Amino acid sequence: MNITEILFWFLTALAILSALMVVFSRNPVHSVLWLILVFFAISGHYIMLNAQFLAIVNLIVYAGAIMVLFLFVIMLMNMNSDSEPQKNKWLKMAGTVAGGSLLLILVAALKNSEVQYQKVEGAQGTIGLIHNLGKTLFTDYVVPFEISSVLFLSAMVGAVVIGKKD
Amino acid sequence: MDLLLVDWALVFEKLILIVIVVLASLGIALYTTFAERKVAAVIQDRRGPNRAGPFGLLQPFADGLKLIFKEDIIPLTSNKALFVLGPGLAMVTALLTSAVIPWGSALDLDGRTVPLQIADINIGVLYIFGVVSMGVYGVMIGGWASNNKFSLLAAIRGASQIISYELAMGISLIALLMLTGSLSLKTIVEQQMGGGWGGLLGWNIIYQPLGFLIFLICAFAECNRTPFDLSEAESELNFGYHQEYSSMKLGFFLFAEYINMFISSALMATLFFGGYDIPFVNEANLAQSWGPNIVAFLGVIALLVKTVLFIFFFMWVRWTVPRFRYDQLMDLGWKKLIPLALANMLITGAVVLWLNK
Repeated sequence: MNITEILFWFLTALAILSALMVVFSRNPVHSVLWLILVFFAISGHYIMLNAQFLAIVNLIVYAGAIMVLFLFVIMLMNMNSDSEPQKNKWLKMAGTVAGGSLLLILVAALKNSEVQYQKVEGAQGTIGLIHNLGKTLFTDYVVPFEISSVLFLSAMVGAVVIGKKD
Repeated sequence: MDLLLVDWALVFEKLILIVIVVLASLGIALYTTFAERKVAAVIQDRRGPNRAGPFGLLQPFADGLKLIFKEDIIPLTSNKALFVLGPGLAMVTALLTSAVIPWGSALDLDGRTVPLQIADINIGVLYIFGVVSMGVYGVMIGGWASNNKFSLLAAIRGASQIISYELAMGISLIALLMLTGSLSLKTIVEQQMGGGWGGLLGWNIIYQPLGFLIFLICAFAECNRTPFDLSEAESELNFGYHQEYSSMKLGFFLFAEYINMFISSALMATLFFGGYDIPFVNEANLAQSWGPNIVAFLGVIALLVKTVLFIFFFMWVRWTVPRFRYDQLMDLGWKKLIPLALANMLITGAVVLWLNK
């Protein structure tokens, strides 16, 4: 095992463990904090694929901005497992079955895909570097890129409209 | 054994550099607390601390010892793990930014070039953003885990202030990055060297005065310094987000503010004021006659002098300007700074396009 492999397995274990803790934590604030750890582990994987830009943007956008807003809402509502109404037992069972089926479908789809035969290029690809990524986004994919930014703009306008209604 | 096939000299060199940078940041932050009290005293026509040691120079150590020896209270109703995590996170995120700041040009030790920068990554500026956006968590977690209404209110105030001002800060930096074309802080500093009029015309402040002003205001807000210290407004919120904290945990929160101030001063000097560029001196000529090591050393001193000037400015503002009201703060951030930063970005982009034609 060289250092890359050790790092890979460490990050993988960290990501899966924290993802499980997101689900199993009883306190919603703890769940959010574990989710932030998941983002850190995934960013670590991006760095190992030489996609530093993606790694840091993942941290800035998800861990730095979106999770802060999550934390905001949860802290203000001050949810406790004791005072919260518990969900119906049958509803929980149905949720477990539905989630399990999704996992089954994903595994089955990935099992027959060609992804598993492709070897990951660790720390060699250059598409994740900011220069190449910017060029690709603004030449080959400029239309979808601009359309998605219009989508964000409409979401922003919607939020302002809802916020002004009082 | 593949594991041992690492460049151990590199690991060792970086380790020493990290230890030096962290210790230097802590030491400078320690004496910044002292300088703050002295500056406050001068501005308010007092003497300031002058009992511990000559000129009161041992005062920060006395303060530190006092904090360590005080009783460490963890409130019964607090969330214990997160209560301890809060100040730790504040401290770690404050120190992490120092990793990408180039402190000087490379040293030459027996033919081995040792850059005086912990990591020259090609996303340096974005890395700083990432760490700054993590800085919210120390305040938020600490404030929430205290299980105190004032702390929670202060934490939410602080967090919303930091995310609001991060936007304007980012947009003002985009304008700067259009000029430099690189995210690496080392490249940004090297581009600023050797301009006209003694090297001063090469500095980014000449080309981005508005961007610098916006960045400066946002840096004040990000460091929670007066006039933006709403998260610890003692007249409305008792003591802010660290109300329940005592002993060294409180010390960590207070200390993180001073480290943040030092690092953001160093960052402003690096981005806008030429970093380790010595004004009125041609470094390349000097390196030939005096050797690269002495020039690197002088460069570090030049950067530190610029940094100290900025720290003084931080203090000067703190003891001169009164605190903003909360609605004024949000007004300034969202309705004035962001449009201004956007206009600055558009104009810079248009000029860059026009000049490149």
